Amino acid sequence: MTTLLNQLPIGLSIGAVLLLIALGLTFTFGQMGVINMAHGEFIMAGAYTAYLLQDWAGSQAVLVALPVAFAVAGALGWVLERTAIRHFYGRPLDTLLLTWGVSLVLQQAARDIFGAPNVQVVAPSWLTGRVEVLGGALPYARLFIMALALACVAGVWLYLDRSRQGRRMRAVVQNRELAAVSGVATGRVDQLTFFIGSGLAGVAGVALTLIGPVGPSLGTYYIVDAFLVVVAGGLGQLRGAVIAAVALGMLNSFAEFWTDASLAKVIVFAVVIGFLQVRPQGLFVLRSRALT
Amino acid sequence: MSDRLRGYALFASISLLLLVVAPLALPAFRLDELAKYLCFAIAALGIGLAWGQGGMLTLGQGVFFGLGGYAMAMYLKLHDAGGDLPDFMVWSGVEHLPALWKPFGNVGIALAAVVAVSVAIAVVLGVLVFRQRVRGAYFAILTQALAAAFVILLVGQQGLTGGTNGLTNFYDVFGRDPEAEGTQRTLYFVTAIVLGVLYLGARQLVKSRFGRLLVAVRDGEDRVRFLGYNPATVKTVTFAISAAMAGLAGALFVPVVGIISPSLLGVVPSLELVVAVAVGGRYALAGAVLGAVVMNYAKTSFSEQWAGGWLYLEGALFILVMTLAPKGAVGLYEQARDALARRRGVPAPAPTAPQEVAA
Amino acid sequence: MSEQSLLEIRGLEVVFDGFKALGGVDLTVAAGELRFLIGPNGAGKTTLIDVITGLTRPAAGTVRFAGTELAGRPEHKIVRLGIGRTFQTSVVFEELTVVENLDLAAGFRRPLPTLLRQRRGVSDEVAAALDTIGLGDLADRPAGVLSHGQRQWLEIGMLVAQRPRLLLLDEPVAGMSGDERERTGELLTEIARDHTVIVVEHDMEFLRRYASQVTVLHEGRVLVEGDVAAVQSDPRVQEVYLGRTREEAA
Repeated sequence: MTTLLNQLPIGLSIGAVLLLIALGLTFTFGQMGVINMAHGEFIMAGAYTAYLLQDWAGSQAVLVALPVAFAVAGALGWVLERTAIRHFYGRPLDTLLLTWGVSLVLQQAARDIFGAPNVQVVAPSWLTGRVEVLGGALPYARLFIMALALACVAGVWLYLDRSRQGRRMRAVVQNRELAAVSGVATGRVDQLTFFIGSGLAGVAGVALTLIGPVGPSLGTYYIVDAFLVVVAGGLGQLRGAVIAAVALGMLNSFAEFWTDASLAKVIVFAVVIGFLQVRPQGLFVLRSRALT
Repeated sequence: MSDRLRGYALFASISLLLLVVAPLALPAFRLDELAKYLCFAIAALGIGLAWGQGGMLTLGQGVFFGLGGYAMAMYLKLHDAGGDLPDFMVWSGVEHLPALWKPFGNVGIALAAVVAVSVAIAVVLGVLVFRQRVRGAYFAILTQALAAAFVILLVGQQGLTGGTNGLTNFYDVFGRDPEAEGTQRTLYFVTAIVLGVLYLGARQLVKSRFGRLLVAVRDGEDRVRFLGYNPATVKTVTFAISAAMAGLAGALFVPVVGIISPSLLGVVPSLELVVAVAVGGRYALAGAVLGAVVMNYAKTSFSEQWAGGWLYLEGALFILVMTLAPKGAVGLYEQARDALARRRGVPAPAPTAPQEVAA
Repeated sequence: MSEQSLLEIRGLEVVFDGFKALGGVDLTVAAGELRFLIGPNGAGKTTLIDVITGLTRPAAGTVRFAGTELAGRPEHKIVRLGIGRTFQTSVVFEELTVVENLDLAAGFRRPLPTLLRQRRGVSDEVAAALDTIGLGDLADRPAGVLSHGQRQWLEIGMLVAQRPRLLLLDEPVAGMSGDERERTGELLTEIARDHTVIVVEHDMEFLRRYASQVTVLHEGRVLVEGDVAAVQSDPRVQEVYLGRTREEAA
């Protein structure tokens, strides 16, 4: 029972990381029809940002890195959007392949800059302990990750629901042409969406340094699962992403616990396929009448 | 009709090149390498069919390649062991032959499984996914997740699959020594002929009414329903054919190269196959074959010089192709040919660029 | 059901997210009839066609075609029963030639093995359809080069090649020039000679010229049914349709 309880924070924190990653993906996919495979490398960039900041901020690097990684990864995403992706709007399959090329280059660049072996980011001392709850251990680091994801989701929700910029963004997600003729500068909205989405991937990268080592292919471990979150949650849907990320994170960790690690991914895959039999377009769907 | 003649002439000259010139001109180990590229070309042919013609971007062909490869490798391991346990099982402390392995002692069953297992999985996945009208990017993501899960499963089930090392060290390939030059030569011919036959078959399929229907499904799946066809069936059949091709490719790969392992099958190798098809030209089957051979040749020769550089080159090449020449090498060739024809004053055929439909 | 009625719709209701798009529609179309379906925007005309062809599921009611219940059947099976439709924005396969488009439409009735063979020549029903729509000169050109009007005709030709018993045309003359309308009207008259046809149309001029029987939908219900003259003079129709959206009707 205690070991089972220990699975809970693991599942929740993995879900939290998946959520941070999937938020950017679901909005770039939903709003621009773009599948960004290089998103995984923005995670990696965020993690290496924390690694580099250790020289300057020492053991508090993780905290300092959060805003910096957001900016670094966001800037990378913005550059990618401006230079390449914007020519491919509405062609998700082509963007998938294009950005995979970018992802290859970025990974190799990381290998050349930081070396192929993994590096470690030292967590601040106040995050290394754990608290006992109901006989199970709750590591502070995992709690911190959950709180971080919660804060980010709240931020995104406030942005979408309360700010004028956010309303413009939702307008573009729902109907790009109509938004454009209503005077929304869709190009600007796209840039901002890309910046924020990529930035959140950077934040996820920092969070991941608390769970494990940092390497050039860090992003590839999470990107596939994050895409599954997008598929299961429904395109461009904040609620869907939250529920799907937590569900997949939990499923993953409990499947690993009950069977073994190698079967867990197969189970997750089977569950997602099964889920699509009930909700082929994910949890939440934007309805439209057009024959595509 | 001249188009058709030109097609036959091209096919005949490439056959001549592969079946006569290459075996005479290349040393045995280079021929063996070429055989390896031809294996990838067979898998690429399947991608050309599913993606180029049918619009299904399958990012998990490594799975089917692997299923075919492991089926063949399991037979070879059991044959080598001659009634005992295969070597790697002994090392992993397995005491009895797992039930999963038992049928593969029979060569007939193993060879049938090469195609049947891939087809069965593709059909199940295809029916579940296409019937629900899950398509486009969603399908791509799901196949990629399948590839990721498959590799993790292979690595984790050490005693069953040989883990990270995969299955290797075959001493007897259908009664021959796999290291012998003669065997390598024979395997090369077998691979080249299988590729040729599959190419002709795929070409016939593309030209048939089914092929026209497939293009229609790619460009307007929902409209096809109102012509009285079920697009899910068309797509599932095509996906299964492409899976069968990948399975065959994997099965040939095992004796040709002497190993099958997870690192050959995951997300990245599966994507690399797609990259090769895109570089060669996704809308032409010949482009898929050409792309697979050229890209793998480039990878081998470049990696010998500067391993990390290949990734830069592959990434950059891919960005360039997607941005500047989405129809790949074949597309560039057609553009050049049309431009030449215009300069000679012959009106070029109207360009009909297939546009990806937003998912 | 009566001997001659091909399509019988009873108590049909469709609900979209709580909004009642159709609120109990009854409609009977006899074999051989040419029926026009009109009504202001949002009246439920296209929704009605969507339900008949399986694109939208009804919340209640029955749709019987030649005695067979259609509700709940997948689209392609309804087509195979003999119902064909066009869409407001025409969708033809641009990569395929005009003949290939028609051949595909005629294809589902053929035995399965022919699917694996290459098309040789032009089959009779394709030739007939090609002749009907008058695109013989463009037979071997990709459909992508066709003009808007030609695409609509090709779509109608594909319908004819399907040899359906009931044709549903959704705004066939929308966006067409005067000449194209004329040509489409002639085409419609010709097809209606040996098919049962339902036409959804906004264009009143077109309606006056080519319609005989008209059904007016309003807010998801059938308002009036009858011949053109009777419908046009009906005060309720003038109230909801001609009166309120005069500019559209003009």
